[in-house]
Amino acid sequence: MSRAEVAEPSAEAAEAVGVRTPGPLWTLGLLRNELATTLRRWRTIALLGVLAAVPVLVGIAVKIETSDGSSAGGGGGEGPAFIAQITNNGLFLVFTALAATLPFFLPMAVGVIAGDAIAGEANAGTLRYLLVAPAGRTRLLLTKYATTLAFCVIATLVVATSALIVGALLFPLGELTTISGTRISFGEGLGRALLIALVVAASLIGVAALGLFVSTLTNSGIAAMATTVGLLITVQILDQIPQLHAIQPYFFSHYWLSFADLMRDPVYWDDLIRNLELQGLYAAVFGAAAWARFTAKDITA
Amino acid sequence: MAELSTADGDMASEGGGTAATGDTVDAGDAAADADATVDAGDTVIATRALTKRFRGGQLAVDGLDLTVPAGSVFGFLGPNGSGKTTTIRMLMGLIEPTSGSARVLGHPMPRATRTVLPHVGALIEGPALYGFLSGRDNLLRYDSADPTADPRTRRTRVATALDRVGLTAAAGKKAKAYSLGMKQRLGLAAALLQPRRLLVLDEPTNGLDPQGMREIRSLVRELASDGTTVFLSSHLLDEIEQVCTHAAVMAQGRLIIQGPVADLAAGARGRLVVTTPDPGDAARVLKEQGVGDVVVAEDRVTAEPPDRDLAEVNAALVTAGVRVRGFGVERASLEDAFVALTGEGFDVAG
Repeated sequence: MSRAEVAEPSAEAAEAVGVRTPGPLWTLGLLRNELATTLRRWRTIALLGVLAAVPVLVGIAVKIETSDGSSAGGGGGEGPAFIAQITNNGLFLVFTALAATLPFFLPMAVGVIAGDAIAGEANAGTLRYLLVAPAGRTRLLLTKYATTLAFCVIATLVVATSALIVGALLFPLGELTTISGTRISFGEGLGRALLIALVVAASLIGVAALGLFVSTLTNSGIAAMATTVGLLITVQILDQIPQLHAIQPYFFSHYWLSFADLMRDPVYWDDLIRNLELQGLYAAVFGAAAWARFTAKDITA
Repeated sequence: MAELSTADGDMASEGGGTAATGDTVDAGDAAADADATVDAGDTVIATRALTKRFRGGQLAVDGLDLTVPAGSVFGFLGPNGSGKTTTIRMLMGLIEPTSGSARVLGHPMPRATRTVLPHVGALIEGPALYGFLSGRDNLLRYDSADPTADPRTRRTRVATALDRVGLTAAAGKKAKAYSLGMKQRLGLAAALLQPRRLLVLDEPTNGLDPQGMREIRSLVRELASDGTTVFLSSHLLDEIEQVCTHAAVMAQGRLIIQGPVADLAAGARGRLVVTTPDPGDAARVLKEQGVGDVVVAEDRVTAEPPDRDLAEVNAALVTAGVRVRGFGVERASLEDAFVALTGEGFDVAG
């Protein structure tokens, strides 16, 4: 091709390039691209699909089990929180679905995204080109963490929305009774559901930071995902062993189910705040560790 | 320039020389242009005692003093595992040197990555792409990673880069469906998203067919003539000989030699070769004619080419009754010179 053809666009580009100072929104281009790239992957879509399917399964199971008039949960108090109330009010399916997915499905999905964040790029070799672009190590890490947190919110909202739709289709809606026995309007119930979804999303901050840190340790995306999910399972098991009660308050999953306290009237805040503090602590510790590791790492992949 | 024209002469005398002559003239222009346009001193890459020892204790790069002049097309040669890629990674700020220093475009690396790298396009150890994204989306992603890239011109610049490497037709295809050559082209396009002052191309013709290789060579020349310094690592000596103005050779982590290609080639002068059934007589006549370093090997007599007209030497041989089957100068290739320097071949496929 002739040089004349190249000249026009490159002259245009040169004008922009001549400045070469990043604008105030310098980091948003990468973040937007990262979000779009993550959400376009089949893997992400499949994870969200699985999460959306959980409320559908729970809803149908409850519907079938209670079709003869008996109450859900077999009367023995088994099953996720709030499951017995679903037949009276479809909105409770939102709470049940979140309670059912928070211990495992949601953090596993977050672990996959977080674990793959840096290690996946290293594995594909794209990390070196992002850094040579130059994305900047701190900027890239912040972008990856922000994207993982965005995924936490999106994943939680997918579960909540799917549950709300299934609940509305299969069960009656209306006023609801809090754990404390008081009645609140459906509108206020919806507000609480949204609040609970946000608290559940915030509960995943710790896993996200942990996964990101693991991701900076290896060049294998699969290894990072497996390690993160493995740590998640280990902590969940250790949290069940009574002899370890001294250290259990420091497990990131220890206060997860405290979101149910938002359904009390008045709301019981103690464990909710402890949960958020703990998540903040994990984000600070593992975020700093990830930063220290990633900014000093030799990129050989 | 005088040195470069000598190189021209040498290449033209090789026979397949029409392309070679054109090449070298182009590269010469590049050097001349660059002298006028590049502002940050006259060295683009300068390393001092640059050393990298990996955690296992392996010494990958050992006290490297590399100087790449502005506007040059710099060939970086060495057998596989000689430390070329580790050097490039240190220059690009991906690896921290164990000791020594590296300056790129006048700034210390890896400290000044944010200042330096927007002016540098790089292809390191082959292309790396997001298989699930189209070729165009791959470039959009790499471009958005550069904080100095203007988002308003992003699509235009991506389209231009795709056009430059001949991928416009395949731009919408997922990168996982690309052939190795197409991936290599897309990697090059990523390096060309902005006007660059330095292009670092690690084995840019890997996986390309001969036509693709020619295109890359002409692209390199075109870029060089715009004043871009091109740092080209390769194990293919032909490639270096055809496009480079300067070269450096590494072996086992050490720099063996660096300088203008013409000087390096001059270090390995050609040999006068006479093919004859009468080697003894031929050797005697050649010595009488004042030709030095005569070596006889079966029916071939080789010697250092004399300064006088070779036609007279040939006439003298024939007059003395020596039956001559072949008479001419065999040019020593860079390969001969470099194999002698490194003690290893270069054509080990990487």
